Amino acid sequence: MHIPDGYLSPATCAVMYTSAAPFWYVALHRVRDALHTRLVPRLSLFAAFSFVIMMFNLPLPGGTTGHAVGIGIATVVLGPWAAMLAISVAIVIQALFFGDGGVTAIGANCFNMAIVGALVSYAVYRLLAGRSPIESPRRVMAAGLAGYAAINVSALLAAVEFGIQPALYHTASGVPLYCPYGLGVAIPAMMLGHLTVAGFAEFFVSAGVVAFLQKSDPSLLGEAGLRRVAVSQARPLWATLGVLMILTPLGILAAGSAWGEWSARDYSNPAVRQQIAASTFHQAPPAQAPAGLERLSSLWTAPFASYAPPYVRSAAFGYLLSAMFGAGLVTLASAGVSKFAR
Amino acid sequence: MSARHGFIERTVDGLYEAMEHALHAEQSAGATGLLQKLDARVKVAGILSLIVAEVLSHRLWVIVSIFAGAVALAMLSHVSLATLASRVWIGALAFTGPIAIPAIFLTPGAAIHRVPAIGWPVTMQGLTTAALLLARVETAATLTLLLVFTTPWNHVLKALRVFRVPVVFVVILGMTCRYILLMLETAHEMFESRRSRTVGALTGPERRRMTVSTAGVLLSRTSQLSGDVYLAMQSRGFRGEVYVLDDFRMSRLDWSAVAAFVALAGWAVWAGH
Repeated sequence: MHIPDGYLSPATCAVMYTSAAPFWYVALHRVRDALHTRLVPRLSLFAAFSFVIMMFNLPLPGGTTGHAVGIGIATVVLGPWAAMLAISVAIVIQALFFGDGGVTAIGANCFNMAIVGALVSYAVYRLLAGRSPIESPRRVMAAGLAGYAAINVSALLAAVEFGIQPALYHTASGVPLYCPYGLGVAIPAMMLGHLTVAGFAEFFVSAGVVAFLQKSDPSLLGEAGLRRVAVSQARPLWATLGVLMILTPLGILAAGSAWGEWSARDYSNPAVRQQIAASTFHQAPPAQAPAGLERLSSLWTAPFASYAPPYVRSAAFGYLLSAMFGAGLVTLASAGVSKFAR
Repeated sequence: MSARHGFIERTVDGLYEAMEHALHAEQSAGATGLLQKLDARVKVAGILSLIVAEVLSHRLWVIVSIFAGAVALAMLSHVSLATLASRVWIGALAFTGPIAIPAIFLTPGAAIHRVPAIGWPVTMQGLTTAALLLARVETAATLTLLLVFTTPWNHVLKALRVFRVPVVFVVILGMTCRYILLMLETAHEMFESRRSRTVGALTGPERRRMTVSTAGVLLSRTSQLSGDVYLAMQSRGFRGEVYVLDDFRMSRLDWSAVAAFVALAGWAVWAGH
């Protein structure tokens, strides 16, 4: 799960650092507001705990053992923002001092495990635990499933980051410069181990520690003040979202077609056929669109096909409109889920 | 190692190794060698720039040259090859080897050989990509560990201020490093004491219960300790503001090292393309 140096291109690493930065910023401000002067000792101690918990060998059914990252339990006890920071600190120390995970890949590792992991864990836990009492067995199951979901979503992200490398970064003779496996290999290879071994390790640690704390120290599970995600305080995230939406028309400037996003009609268009060949090591595409693609492509017609509604003439405006519509839908869905979970 | 206690042994060994690694790094950083004489800021910036340069490089011989340079630096800094082999190279090879080797057969390209009996094609593209991956991982891991083996941890963290890392983050990293050692020792003692009291075989659910209850106890102690540490900090006048004493001084040797690191990284980026 900890991506070492050399598996991801510097450009991917830079994108991952940039993606993680606004979350770190918001998390630091959010946690500082909640903890005030307690910030330094509390985060330090819990980061140290996250580090040590990653070294525990957990016996799993079937005779094997696995390591947990501790995303689930850190989120349940600390809340998403503080967990994000604590796990990030643990990842930085692992990379810098123990050589576990790469220095250039710190952004990617933190984004996958600390940021997305904590947010997924938080969403699943809130959704499943609801308003059940602290001592409820429902919370045990919710924590376990939160950890299981978080580690698997993190692994999926890492697999996608690995899988896009050979398509994006290769020499003229087809030598992949970084991770050599495409999505077809990277995703099954990563997910097999995480859905079976690492996921269950995370499940047992999260559920087991919550069950233990319910009996021995329930106060650790009741710090609701840290767990609420205040949308209004996430201003930098909103600002970043706004800037990204404004920048969406930049995609029009990119030459060629997006690899693998060809439609059935593209196979009969000589210009697009040339682009497909150029982006696939000069291998000629099939003379006709694959039968399955042709059949399935007619199943659903998107309202904003090619990111431009039919009544909008400007492609750039269409992109912007699509970005606003998409972001709005995601925000509404998130608000709906969080309201349901409350 | 008996099978019934295997997971306890492995956890205890892992915790012990981590503590031993930290101790060795501190001892090695105190030795008298070339890198130990350099300013921590120069080392952090120089070694990180070399890591970025080798990741940017597309040519195997350039990466191998940086690796050779790292080994030479290690020898000049009294970091033995045996230490590098046991703590870096074997681990990196064990992790990346199983990932890199299948690429030799799976990467499409011109087949230069077929494996006898099974007929799998060995492609030039596959060989090159596997070699690139292995070389990059080994070189980056060597450079990272070289930094840690020649610089006290608190100096590495203070040097991060050069990169405009917020001071509060540097302080959190520093405190975390300190308490990691305490937590490792606590966890180690908990597992050791449990091992010494265990008679007979534990069932799977018992072993899982034991591990998660250890994690739970550790979490409770963490929470309690964070409160105690906070009170101790408050009683010493801590009011939330954190400061780091940047007491580094650049010498002529440091400036020469800066020039050497810049030249080497620049050359690697230029030659690597």
